[in-house]
Amino acid sequence: MNYRIDDRGYYGDFGGAYIPEMLYPNIEELRNEYLKIIAQPDFQEEFKSLLKDYVGRPSPLFLAKRLSEKYGAQIYLKREDLNHTGAHKINNTIGQIILAEKLGKKRIIAETGAGQHGVATATVCALKGLECVIYMGEVDIQRQAPNVARMKMMGAKVVPATSGSKTLKDATNEAMRDWINNPVDTHYIIGSVVGPHPYPEMVSLFQSIISEETKKQLIEHTGNDQPDYVLACVGGGSNAMGMFYHFLDDENVKLIGAEAAGLGVNSGHSAATSVLGKEGVLHGSRTILMQTEDGQVTEPYSISAGLDYPGIGPQHAHLHKVKRVEYVSITDDEAMQASLELSKLEGIIPAIESAHALAQLKKMTFKKEDVVVICLSGRGDKDLDTFMKYFNL
Amino acid sequence: MNRLKQLFEKKKNNILSIYFTAGYPEIGATLKIAEALEKSGADFLEIGFPYSDPLADGPVIQKSSHVAIENGMTLKVLFEQLKDLRSKISIPVLLMGYANPMIQFGVSNFCKAAKEVGVDGVIVPDLPLYEYEELYKDDFISNRLSNIFLVTPQTSEERIRKIDELSNGFIYLLSSSSTTGKDLNTSDAIGDYYNRVKNMNLKNPLIIGFGISDQKSFERANQYANGAIVGTAFVKTLGNENDYLAQIPEFIRKIRA
Repeated sequence: MNYRIDDRGYYGDFGGAYIPEMLYPNIEELRNEYLKIIAQPDFQEEFKSLLKDYVGRPSPLFLAKRLSEKYGAQIYLKREDLNHTGAHKINNTIGQIILAEKLGKKRIIAETGAGQHGVATATVCALKGLECVIYMGEVDIQRQAPNVARMKMMGAKVVPATSGSKTLKDATNEAMRDWINNPVDTHYIIGSVVGPHPYPEMVSLFQSIISEETKKQLIEHTGNDQPDYVLACVGGGSNAMGMFYHFLDDENVKLIGAEAAGLGVNSGHSAATSVLGKEGVLHGSRTILMQTEDGQVTEPYSISAGLDYPGIGPQHAHLHKVKRVEYVSITDDEAMQASLELSKLEGIIPAIESAHALAQLKKMTFKKEDVVVICLSGRGDKDLDTFMKYFNL
Repeated sequence: MNRLKQLFEKKKNNILSIYFTAGYPEIGATLKIAEALEKSGADFLEIGFPYSDPLADGPVIQKSSHVAIENGMTLKVLFEQLKDLRSKISIPVLLMGYANPMIQFGVSNFCKAAKEVGVDGVIVPDLPLYEYEELYKDDFISNRLSNIFLVTPQTSEERIRKIDELSNGFIYLLSSSSTTGKDLNTSDAIGDYYNRVKNMNLKNPLIIGFGISDQKSFERANQYANGAIVGTAFVKTLGNENDYLAQIPEFIRKIRA
């Protein structure tokens, strides 16, 4: 089975570039150039050196002993939460900012939901001295004030998206509209494995450092680069694609993606796209998305803003359809309890997004020797407000 | 031969097309607006079917889509309304909207339904050339629907030729790379671009759209192309006035003046 992209820009039935003609030259330029630029030695040198000295990679692979004891398996955490800016998002923005520079772009735009990708983009723009405009839903701007402040401190302009539901999907629309109106000097740094081809492939390439390191680290820890299970949370799905990337062809490694069920898959307040979605087109690619019978995109819900997206990346849609990855649904409550559990057992406060992957442990049965890797995609600092309210701290 | 081709054979310049969103400002407005436009002298019509995430559109058309969805407009409702289209309207009519609602309806079903009610063509800005050619072309052709492609100042000559080859109605020439509702690009470079396309001697007529809002911009567009499309300015007028139908003759007269 082929899990990778084909030369038309599709993963099986999913992907492609469903974009208005105005975006065609930009997308075409990227499609023609990105692999060439990434393969250049000076790109690789700068990418690796920034990941090491600026981001702090490799991120540790940590054997969580007390958690392992509780669930009767060997549980390793891939510590993306220890990256500069607190999540995996920066792996992608570092890659794209170097690419943008090599394409001669002077201005960077990005969308953000919870603000993590916005912060990661503002960060690399400050690092490179490039103009930075971040689109963020008006509703999210109010919910995520500290991240808005971070972006502003680093010199980014934060523009409220006031259309539609005023959240992540609308911020993405606004960023695309900006790009349509500024086609020559601007690069759009998409934050997840979504959007028109080649974005999903490019973002997963930059995130694939997660599984590349994990394999090496597993050999050091266990002598075998193939674990029994790999788990990651899925909103658009960028940390999951990075975590799965180098395991896709290891068919004996079970891959599990945890989606946000919100208040429950059938509650009407959920973001469990693989269960609730149907095939269609969202933000430039053919994928699975939550929508009405008439094809209007519906508003997802999750307590974690980073999983609050009505679609999944096209490669996830493919991996779901061919059953290479098992997608599971985790409710708000399950994720919140898992956050508390990791905090108490290991002294690590996870992002609520990442806690969705942790929460799946409770639903599985392990053999003692099973090796389990969980992508701890981000840290929980940004979620303190939510934790305080939820647990009455 | 469909009505669009007949129009272009008869009329070579100053062709005026008007875009409006179905179900806006009220659900029952669609055919009433179409009738008023024909009576007022529009040459052909583009009826928008609304989408929740219209990323090529500026705020005015976004809002009209949003209101239309709230009003209950769906493709199913629209095709129901358009059953009376050809007993009332004789000028060419195109449907315009985004790929996702059309895909949910089923592209083949969509094309059949469009043909049945007497629609002449379709504009789907986010349906790419490649997918159209590979997956959907046969549905369009067997239902005698013209599929209209967009061309921008950044579109290469090679791609314009390809678009010309696949087109069978007209080519929708964008006045600039922009979302709908921006002012018309009046730089010198834009004249060069229009002339460049004009001098390619394409088989399809050229209609300029995006940024055409008044008599001046309509006239300028007609120096280079066979006609022009007014969208945002018209939708704005519909939204401004309580008696939206009464404004239509005056709106068209001003553009034609």
